[in-house]
Amino acid sequence: MSEFREQIEAAIPALRRYARALTRDAEAADDIVQDALVRALRSEHLFHGGDVRAWLYTILTNLNRNRLRTLARRPVLTPIKDSDAATSGPEAGGRDIARALAELADESRTALLLVVLEGLTYREVAEVQGVPIGTVMSRLARARMQIRSYLDGERPALRRVK
Amino acid sequence: MIERDSPVTEDELHAYVDGQLPAERRGTVEAWLATHPDDAAHVAAWRGQAQLIRARFGAAANEVLPRRLDVNRLARARRRRGLAIAAAAALAAFIAGGAAGWFARGAEAASPSDLNRFTAEALDAYRLYVVEVRHPVEVAGDQRPHLVQWLSKRVGSPVDVPQLEKLGLKLVGGRLLPGPTGATAFFMYEAPSGERFTLYCGHTTDPATALRYIAGDRNAAYYWVDGNLFYVLSGPAEREKLHAIAQAAYDQIDARSAPPQGG
Repeated sequence: MSEFREQIEAAIPALRRYARALTRDAEAADDIVQDALVRALRSEHLFHGGDVRAWLYTILTNLNRNRLRTLARRPVLTPIKDSDAATSGPEAGGRDIARALAELADESRTALLLVVLEGLTYREVAEVQGVPIGTVMSRLARARMQIRSYLDGERPALRRVK
Repeated sequence: MIERDSPVTEDELHAYVDGQLPAERRGTVEAWLATHPDDAAHVAAWRGQAQLIRARFGAAANEVLPRRLDVNRLARARRRRGLAIAAAAALAAFIAGGAAGWFARGAEAASPSDLNRFTAEALDAYRLYVVEVRHPVEVAGDQRPHLVQWLSKRVGSPVDVPQLEKLGLKLVGGRLLPGPTGATAFFMYEAPSGERFTLYCGHTTDPATALRYIAGDRNAAYYWVDGNLFYVLSGPAEREKLHAIAQAAYDQIDARSAPPQGG
């Protein structure tokens, strides 16, 4: 197997993890991972060294953004799977981390997951997202602030009533 | 959270949590946190979030890989596809039968149904006919009513020809093709730039689906099932543009085939 292909293969488990967290749907996650692999293999002749892993994260991130756009144009009702909610600890009443992630803007969620779950440096995330590092930092800050208020159970709608 | 003249920035707090803070700043940040409980609470909360995320999704990396994510398999499918394209050119006259299934191998794990055969043949037909200068179609687009009537009769179900003029696409016309499940309608559209797009439509027993995307080397397609008909919209592999066209076709066909609903 070529070195290129070996590097792709080595990255697959992490890509699946990242895709799973992005989509929170195992089937949809493997769909975009498969799509990303096909694209990467197709571009083998364009690859002249460098970090295959960061490149794969970029492809996957873009595919997920396309997927979300398609979903937004034509809403598909997906049942929220609560079967493993119990493993996520004390966030009773469905306030778990998956739901908190679902509430985030796509680019904030992407930045947070690349840092926290995939261990990319801020610079790498900036390259994957095609934005300056400062933008990555503000996305990260926004994601963390929103998750915190979500998990703390703050509901803006209710607060307004007070 | 942090005052302007603070010796520690908010970015540094994030970097501290993420293990990306330069070593020489650690002491300063830790000293700051020891005397600023609000910031210490933020840091603790962010760490907690990271732990929850890893606990929830980390295990996905340890699951057994499904066959469809096997790199060697995917690479083999690509090679076979290349060979099959050459074969398809040689067997152009028997296009529907000749190279059937080459595309299917690339996507076989995705769906075991008619979908693969349809998309394979639709893309073959696309490649075969879009390069045709003099005889791209059997019935020209200016005879739309006749075209619809003829192809509906042969396919055995009312076939729609979506109006894509708003997207700048003119109907070149259509033709009848043999397909995996019998007679199949094939329509061609042309952009002012000369780019061509085709819509392939035949019978299927597969359940309805939303738009799905499949890409070859230079061409790509969106496909879907509506009612008892399978549709494949093929064109150059420019996903955004293709999606806009497929979505317009999908919406028109969906609107016409859906039973009127309350409201």
